[in-house]
Amino acid sequence: MKIVYFAWLRERLNKTEEDVEIPASVQTIGDLMQWLKSRGEEYEYAFDNPKVIRAAIDKTHVQPGAKIAGASEIAFFPPMTGG
Amino acid sequence: MSGETVRITLEPIETDKESKAAAASAGNAGALVTFSGICRADEKGEEISALFLEHYPGMAEQEISAHVEEAKRRWPLLAARVVHRVGRIEPGETIVFVATASAHRETAFQAAEFIMDYLKSSAPFWKRTEGGKREAWVEANEKDERALDRWK
Repeated sequence: MKIVYFAWLRERLNKTEEDVEIPASVQTIGDLMQWLKSRGEEYEYAFDNPKVIRAAIDKTHVQPGAKIAGASEIAFFPPMTGG
Repeated sequence: MSGETVRITLEPIETDKESKAAAASAGNAGALVTFSGICRADEKGEEISALFLEHYPGMAEQEISAHVEEAKRRWPLLAARVVHRVGRIEPGETIVFVATASAHRETAFQAAEFIMDYLKSSAPFWKRTEGGKREAWVEANEKDERALDRWK
């Protein structure tokens, strides 16, 4: 599954996107954040406080409880500061 | 000048031209409200040399368009136009431009505020400051989240 990162998440992970094989036990956005957090030091740092991280599935905002099945692109980013 | 009503651009925003384009597409409007969000020379009291705006291509346009459409359902708008700049933006330059046109002023004012309130809290853009003591990502403002309550 394609995952994209923005702003300080992108900087902390030092990557804009990646393709990952996600285990079947990971079903929601919240699960995915916990799973990503366990993938190494930079992930631990990036996902240190999942409460402040926002997510989108296929470019639509979703809550942490959203199911990821069928998604083609998942995005993680900090609260937005445009305008 | 593009005729699109929602646009994201790396180029400086020419607000006079955007205003005229909005007015030209508004037919018999009696009110045209325009808003420009401008880069300040400071962030949290600290002097900055520029802002750097990052966005999520595709989703940013989609979020703004969805809220422009919602504004059109709520108010009888004759035109709406939103231009958001990304990349490096210096103090005094325009970050975002919103125009709304309607037969009467109340609806045009309300629709412009509605679009800006939603743009600030739901359109995927992020600001980083340059030239302060430290380069830093601007933190989201709780006030901006609360601003949505009046539209619910």
